[in-house]
Amino acid sequence: MNVEEMRKSHKRLTEFAYQTGTIDRGYNNRTLYINVSTNEIKEKPVSQEMKEKFIGGKGFGLKLMWDAVNDNTKWNDPENTIVVSGGPVCGTTQYPGAGKSLVVSISPATGIVIDSNVGGYFGPYLKFSGFDAMAIQGKAEKDIIIYINGDDGEIVIDEAPDEALDGHVLGEQLTEMYAKDEKDKKNISVITAGSAAKHTYMGLLNFTFYDLRRQVTRLKQAGRGGIGTVFRDKNIKGIVVRYAGTKGNSNKPANFDKVARTGIKLHREIERLDDNLMRIRQVGTANIIEVMSAHDLLPTHNFQYGTHENVVNIHSNVFRDNYLTQGLPDGCWFGCSLACAKAADKFKLKTGPYAGKLVTVDGPEYETAAGVGSNLGIFDPEAILEINFYCDTYAIDTISFGTTTAFVMECFERGIINKDITGGLELKFGNKEAALELLHQMSRGEGFGPIVGKGIRKLKQYFADNHGADYDFLHDIGMEAKGLEYSQYMSKESLAQQGGYTFANKGPQHDEAWLIFMDMVNNQIPTFDDKAEALHYFPMFRTWFGLMGFCKLPWNDIFPESNKYQDEPAKIPEHVQNYVDVYNGVTGFHIDKDELILQSERVYNFQKVFNLRLGGGSRESDIAPYRAVGPVTKEEYLSREDRYNKEMIEKIGMDPSNMTLEERIAATREYRMKQYYKLMDTVYARKGWSDQGVPTIEKLQELGMDFPDVIEVVKRYL
Amino acid sequence: MYNIIDSKYERGAILKVLTKNENICVECHQCEDACSVAFFKAADREKSSVRVDRKKTGEINLTTCTQCGVCIDVCPVQAISRDKNGIVRINKKECVGCFMCVAACPEDAMMYNKDLIEPFKCVSCGICTQECPTGAIKIEDI
Ligand code: SF4
Ligand code: SF4
Ligand code: SF4
Repeated sequence: MNVEEMRKSHKRLTEFAYQTGTIDRGYNNRTLYINVSTNEIKEKPVSQEMKEKFIGGKGFGLKLMWDAVNDNTKWNDPENTIVVSGGPVCGTTQYPGAGKSLVVSISPATGIVIDSNVGGYFGPYLKFSGFDAMAIQGKAEKDIIIYINGDDGEIVIDEAPDEALDGHVLGEQLTEMYAKDEKDKKNISVITAGSAAKHTYMGLLNFTFYDLRRQVTRLKQAGRGGIGTVFRDKNIKGIVVRYAGTKGNSNKPANFDKVARTGIKLHREIERLDDNLMRIRQVGTANIIEVMSAHDLLPTHNFQYGTHENVVNIHSNVFRDNYLTQGLPDGCWFGCSLACAKAADKFKLKTGPYAGKLVTVDGPEYETAAGVGSNLGIFDPEAILEINFYCDTYAIDTISFGTTTAFVMECFERGIINKDITGGLELKFGNKEAALELLHQMSRGEGFGPIVGKGIRKLKQYFADNHGADYDFLHDIGMEAKGLEYSQYMSKESLAQQGGYTFANKGPQHDEAWLIFMDMVNNQIPTFDDKAEALHYFPMFRTWFGLMGFCKLPWNDIFPESNKYQDEPAKIPEHVQNYVDVYNGVTGFHIDKDELILQSERVYNFQKVFNLRLGGGSRESDIAPYRAVGPVTKEEYLSREDRYNKEMIEKIGMDPSNMTLEERIAATREYRMKQYYKLMDTVYARKGWSDQGVPTIEKLQELGMDFPDVIEVVKRYL
Repeated sequence: MYNIIDSKYERGAILKVLTKNENICVECHQCEDACSVAFFKAADREKSSVRVDRKKTGEINLTTCTQCGVCIDVCPVQAISRDKNGIVRINKKECVGCFMCVAACPEDAMMYNKDLIEPFKCVSCGICTQECPTGAIKIEDI
């Protein structure tokens, strides 16, 4: 069926006209509200206070969510909302990494708010079309497509029965349907989920951009926390935005020259240095596969080990030399000269419904290569690319898929589950066919796949309730906290990273704090106070990217020659100043680097209170499964015996030579958990929270976030 | 596979390029005025596609475009291409003003000016050479 026939089968549900051309200094000062139950569409004003307190991006997302839901809202209630928002700098074309959208919703995995940062052109085009954010509430009766025509100021909702569900097909279909011709395709961006989103709790959203050189629709993912599952629960098939006419000043910055000069400076830095630093332009983020492995930090076999003899088979150069097309401007938005969005072209699929087809695979990013590669014991680059492809098109988060499947594989190998339970799948480490079949089952909604697709938290209970598994052991080895699966770093030997992961508001994702190298490798934050300061500063600094619509990579995956002479090189001070300059240049405000942190702190604390309001956010929810903290099993202890024995002598003050292995494991555990709780106390105090992790009224007053309904929530917990 | 060089221009055909000989430049800056007047109607060296200044070492530095085409490949919207004479040109309508080409140019010949939202560059028109008293810049067929 061609797209014309598909379009003919659309049934118009509603139309809405609005005024375009409202953007000024990075804001339109209004947001878009769409209710897909009632087909109501309206504009909502953005107040000065909203801009000051919530800034934009994730801040706007949280604010709009807060107003949309109640204390008991569950992910699949109609009032749950999906908010997509760029932020004031989003849409800037001169500074690398300024095209991100932030997506916020109540997660099926965690029950609290999740946020995900994603590339593609949707966020910028939504803004140029006239809206600082888009909030979607309700549930449609039948599958719908929402189309925002930002050129003519028109929004429609159509029932759309015939389009595909899978992201790579639907992305192409809708791009073709709404573009006037081939050249116009770059003016379209689509949000899709995929066929597996409805059958799992780890459904993601694809955000597209059209790649003029490859002539394909590329997919970037808002991966974490199952927002794609919410999207499909609302029976939304796709959301399309079109905006033709992007120019260098489409974001209407207050000071174009300031923004442009700062951008050109960073473009030059990347041009000069990237090939000898992280090589992001060649391999994307995959360069850290070998770095992590060299430090015994690459998650392997469900985070048991940190390296493997076969890691060489998936080193980044293998991908670069054999799969990733080189030398293209692979930015996920215009002006990203760091260009991490690598792709393998004309990749031939071996399994599943698209077997034999030649496709473009986005990635693999490091997280994917580690998650569905080493962590599953799969050291085959083609299997990694194939799993990557199917995850994206089916709308499955590669991180949660990898971490959950790794957990299931360890359960299988330890005999906790067997083939009767898996429906015949031999889910041993390294079994790529079984991993792929699991994925295909998630798409089809049959077999063991959808059970695994509910994530580790549900599986632990399921295996204990139905198959007599020892829940405590599963809890030790199941790498989830708050219901979200850990992303792909080994925190075992870095106390600061344990906190960075597990205290994170949304669940253990590294975008809040990544301190392994500072802490473990470079030993720059030795004391508890140092660690707590880092666990204050970096989460706040990184939160700011999400308020803006910025990408994190151009912050510290490239740095100027002079960086090592700075007082605090880990902060990349010159780049922090760049961000201050770009923000001021766009908005005309005059913040400095301290005000930047304050902006984040407001939103961060608000998110924490939001978690409490939805029944999460407790001290208990900040406690890591033991595998994130230390060796659970004998094999793990023995794999790093020297390190752990040394710790016994030097830190714990015990002599391992007189102790059995079990005694050493127990003593290490007791010591490490004590350290962990002490870190928790120190970090809570630094953040201005009670010992239960609740923001104090004084703190909220100091931040100017003492809104009556916010205070009312914390009072329940103080 | 992704070669986007305009098909109307054949590689190896004659290409007019602005060449330079810094040894005989007398720093009169006439070329800069001529270029900026021709394209921006004002004698403003910041808007000239040919530039005369000094290197850090003190030697005279002439900035000219070699029509090498490096900028073509970095443009995310394919706004830069060769015309039928092989000259590298910017299609301003398509340009989204990212200035990645400015940083990628090995000659620093892709120019940025604060009054303009697109970059600009030498199109080998030769207007500047007519003002040069010494022949330090010339249009040559290569
Ligand atoms: S570094 Fe990568 S993810 Fe970040 S903006 Fe650039 S292309 Fe997108
Ligand atoms: S502007 Fe620079 S990169 Fe482009 S053709 Fe001229 S010299 Fe080459
Ligand atoms: S500034 Fe314009 S011509 Fe140069 S790379 Fe960017 S879009 Fe292309």
